[in-house]
Amino acid sequence: MADESKPQPQAPKHAIQTRGLNLWYGDFQALFDVDFDVRAGRVTGLIGPSGCGKSTLLRSINRIVERLGYVRTTGTIDVLGHDIFGANVELLQVRKQIGMVFQRPNPLPLSIRDNVLFGLRTHRDGDRKSRPSKEVEAQIVEESLRTVLLWDKVKDRLGEPAIRLSLEEQQKLCIARLLPVKPRVLLMDEPCSALDPDGTAAVEELIWSLKGDYTILIVTHNMAQARRATEECAFMLHGKLVEHTETAKMFVSPKNQSTADYIEGRYG
Amino acid sequence: MFEPTELNAHNWRIEQGMRVLFLGMTLLLVLPVVIILAVLVYKGGPALSWAFLTENPTGGMTTGGIFPALMGTIALVLVALIASIPVGVAAAIYLSEYAPDNWLTRLINLAIINLAGVPSIVHALFGLGAFVLFFGFGTSILAASLTLAIMTLPVVIVSTRESLQAVPQPFREACWNMGATRWQTIARVVLPNAISGILTGIILEVSRTAGETAPIMFTGAAFFLPFLPESVFDQTMALSLHLFVVATQVPNVPESLPYGVALVLIGMVLIMNSASIALRMVLRNRKKW
Repeated sequence: MADESKPQPQAPKHAIQTRGLNLWYGDFQALFDVDFDVRAGRVTGLIGPSGCGKSTLLRSINRIVERLGYVRTTGTIDVLGHDIFGANVELLQVRKQIGMVFQRPNPLPLSIRDNVLFGLRTHRDGDRKSRPSKEVEAQIVEESLRTVLLWDKVKDRLGEPAIRLSLEEQQKLCIARLLPVKPRVLLMDEPCSALDPDGTAAVEELIWSLKGDYTILIVTHNMAQARRATEECAFMLHGKLVEHTETAKMFVSPKNQSTADYIEGRYG
Repeated sequence: MFEPTELNAHNWRIEQGMRVLFLGMTLLLVLPVVIILAVLVYKGGPALSWAFLTENPTGGMTTGGIFPALMGTIALVLVALIASIPVGVAAAIYLSEYAPDNWLTRLINLAIINLAGVPSIVHALFGLGAFVLFFGFGTSILAASLTLAIMTLPVVIVSTRESLQAVPQPFREACWNMGATRWQTIARVVLPNAISGILTGIILEVSRTAGETAPIMFTGAAFFLPFLPESVFDQTMALSLHLFVVATQVPNVPESLPYGVALVLIGMVLIMNSASIALRMVLRNRKKW
């Protein structure tokens, strides 16, 4: 990934590929031999009952799970064709290329503008001296906020603390602040579960508008949301990936009995 | 059907009794502060004057002012702060933001808590041994201030660490997830939001340092030295020791003099504390969450 600003000559078909992924929290095994392919540019949902390992899988993909210290992983995870556990991998670059959105919106205690620019100022295009001019920064803020459909609401109060926004707007801002460093993959951990129905609809609409440009992986508890807002769906149970197929197929004719039982609400 | 029972009446009496008990204890706590201040103002007030603050003591310390002691205390506190703030704040940042949760960290925390409990006279003897004799600073402002710094370090560390940990964890996680390093996170998000608490802790420490007597007695404070120190290697007078001296060591001191000295010392501390409260209010308004 020498120059991430230009599209790569042949974008790999799969943005994320895991092979034989096992993960332990201390003695507890949370993931069992997960082989998971996420196609580039699509919205993929990750569903399953609480404790099935879907958040763990999500958090392995930008290696944030390692921060806990007592985590052990075997197997491989390739993102855009590159092994993220490789010897030459800089963790901070992994986190830059793979943005993450949390269940509770977590804007930083800064102004709206500084939230959007935080990542950019952190990475500075990988060059110690490069410092974008005010005009460039203003342009990036506008683009990012337009992309998340927030610009018209906040353009006159970019200097206000981000915390004064509504939860829905905060969540959109949390997505917007990932964009200036041009990530390829966006991981979302139940991005709508703290929002009201209108906010949920708005954020789902936003996610839908981002597909194609970004590979999006969403963990969700909400079957209806998985059905509405994803193109592919993967079902996990007890740390194993049970079934992964087109969303339309999964909800109409699931292959696996446990998938069928879960999406019909018999457990979970 | 809603009439009180005998049990209700009994519980009500206990309730009232407890309220009076707790209120009484609180008043008991406030009472000494009020009495001390009242007595000091009443007895020491007449001694106060501009000349009292700006002139040297004369007549075997029975007349004149307290200028060298006042300046000496300010010098001692300043040098102590210069030594303790960088070390204390840096150590607190390490313990709060970098240190893994293991036995070594817990041991360090335990050591800090115990260091805070060491009596000041022990610090004084340590300062005498280490700074005055071993490092050869002699009895000097430097030796006395370093002793004070060591004594106040644990409190600076603990108050700073608490301010840092009051910054909500999700802010850090958000930064790390965007690929910020720990230091970028600390510099841009954690410290700006913890600074009011850190400064408050430091200022409260100043007020305590100003009043300490034992640690400076052997290490740098002079009995009588009616001129200002020229460098940190000189001895100096200090308000706290001066108060001890005029109250117990010098004959024929007018009654108002020691009260006047005490009033100045307490006045310094109160001004410091008010400043810390004001600062905290100003900085809190700038918080963004």
